[in-house]
Amino acid sequence: MLNYTIRRLLFTIPTLLFISLIIFLLLDLAPSDPTGNLPLSIPAEVREQIRQSLGLGEPIHIRYYKWLVQFFINEPLNIIEQMFDITIGDGDRLRVTSWSTRSPVVDLVLERMPQTLWVVGMSYVVGVLIAIPIGVYSAYRQYSWFDQTGTFISMVGFSVPTFFTGVLLIVIFSTIVPTDSFFWLPSIYDTTHKVTDLASFGFQIRQMIMPVFVLGLFNAAQISRYMRASMLDNLGLDYVRTARAKGLTENVVLLVHVLRNSLIPVVTVIALGIPQVFGGAIITEQVFKVNGLGHLLIGGIEAADIPLVQTLTFIFAVLIVFFNLIADILYGILDPRIRYD
Amino acid sequence: MTDIAAQTKIEDIKPPRSQWFDVWAQFKTHRGAVIGMWFFIFITLLVVIGPYLWTLDANFIDIRAKNQGPSLAHPMGTDQLGRDAFSQVLAGGQVSLSVGVVAMLLALFLGTLVGILAGYFKRIDGLLMRFTDLFLALPLLPLLLVMVMLFRDSLRGLFGPETGIFILIVFAIGITSWMNTARIVRGEVLALKEQEFVLAARSIGTPPYRMILRHILPNVMSPIMVSATLGIANAIITESALSFLGLGFPSDFPTWGRLLFDSTNFMTLSPERVIYPGLAISLTVLSVNYMGDGLRDALDPRIRGR
Repeated sequence: MLNYTIRRLLFTIPTLLFISLIIFLLLDLAPSDPTGNLPLSIPAEVREQIRQSLGLGEPIHIRYYKWLVQFFINEPLNIIEQMFDITIGDGDRLRVTSWSTRSPVVDLVLERMPQTLWVVGMSYVVGVLIAIPIGVYSAYRQYSWFDQTGTFISMVGFSVPTFFTGVLLIVIFSTIVPTDSFFWLPSIYDTTHKVTDLASFGFQIRQMIMPVFVLGLFNAAQISRYMRASMLDNLGLDYVRTARAKGLTENVVLLVHVLRNSLIPVVTVIALGIPQVFGGAIITEQVFKVNGLGHLLIGGIEAADIPLVQTLTFIFAVLIVFFNLIADILYGILDPRIRYD
Repeated sequence: MTDIAAQTKIEDIKPPRSQWFDVWAQFKTHRGAVIGMWFFIFITLLVVIGPYLWTLDANFIDIRAKNQGPSLAHPMGTDQLGRDAFSQVLAGGQVSLSVGVVAMLLALFLGTLVGILAGYFKRIDGLLMRFTDLFLALPLLPLLLVMVMLFRDSLRGLFGPETGIFILIVFAIGITSWMNTARIVRGEVLALKEQEFVLAARSIGTPPYRMILRHILPNVMSPIMVSATLGIANAIITESALSFLGLGFPSDFPTWGRLLFDSTNFMTLSPERVIYPGLAISLTVLSVNYMGDGLRDALDPRIRGR
């Protein structure tokens, strides 16, 4: 297992390098101009100088190399320095700076990270918590009305795009429901809101309900299907009959024996889904105006802020690769039948 | 006498049923899939024929009739410029559905190509599958957004504003959603290669290209068809998401996602305008997904005939 883990870890290095190259080349070869948004009154030679000052005069492989160094060596060192308040080396490294705000990209990302983590993380937890009981019960009572309804709702859940459910909820709870009603919910997520007492905590809950629900429903729809299928696979196996024959209660059979075994593939599915949730959150963040990572990405794209977009896209890629790794290793740890060596 | 007996016997035997007849019989038992199929046919006919019957131009601006509620003249009301919402939904449906179908075909072509090549030719299998894995590890939505941002202007310049963005979006969705098809097709081809009829065909000297076209491809049609339905759903959602984020089609060019995006600004004024395009997307995708579900059951020989 250790051997496998190490091999798997080593394989992520070329994967990440390849993805970074694709992202770098895609952004670099594309016909876009970072000075395109500047006033037209700027003369051509000044424009050229601006481009040079942004480092665009160098050949492509040197820029790629420098970007890699910045991303993989400089920025992690900077984060460590900030976290522990120490200085490593000379402490004055070239940083990845955003073209539109002129501040280091990593600072922008760190600033936006908590909002995304709160909303996305919460919705994923909610989704999983809804999905597992539904999946278990649907499988246990296969083809009952509960199962049929569950199947239908989950079908609706992943067919209806989050930007429609989100907008629909806003229409219902923010515009049709009167503002002074108890059921009124704010349609815009206020990031500056600070929880200090019970009332502000209540407001925080209220403003999180809609985004969390929208994303949570979407996640629950997918996970509950996997949970149901996996439970069904296990319910027919011999060990379940043995457990029942021993005279164990139905609860113990279902929740201890079958559930634990059926969770194995579901756990990996959950791990694999996390990076996709970050991607899907781009839309939800846009609907509810949560200024998280997705919002930052859209802003960067609109302003043609290439370093920012490069970094964010690459962070999403790193998340995917990282959680794929976690899922693979978890699968081996949880299920001794699947050891890769 | 014996002649007549033999004749009646032959008439008793039912004509041989084809595989597709069995598939259809199984498909019919899935209620959701049948409803989904009829709904999908209905919506396709509606957006294709509808504009000929409902002749109001989607981009005709009648500023005096702006922000109207539903009425006989405008069954879905009008928008902030007085354009008829119903004809906009119809026009938007044409674009959304054609993006969905064309992008699906492109993804299917790429996926089948990669899958068959990887499954049939052992030498390039490893390489192609690593390549597929790498594509699966790409963050798709951010990359799509980036692609649209970067190539929008140049393609617009080359092919005109509408065709350019259509090509861009179809291409972008197509090359980012072929991976699952490729994996499934490869698995099927690997299993097929071990069967006797392939050996027989090879023993009479069938060249690889005819082998693939005559023997392999018809036998992997079922997973391809399932991927096709799921591919349409995926492409429609992706296109609407791009349009919703403001990075899809331009605003004078209605698609369902774009209409939804535009009407969110008028949510307090006319909330019902949000509902129609959103409902159109959701119901279409739902019906396509149900069709895919039924098709998967119908094409699975383990389920069929039980």
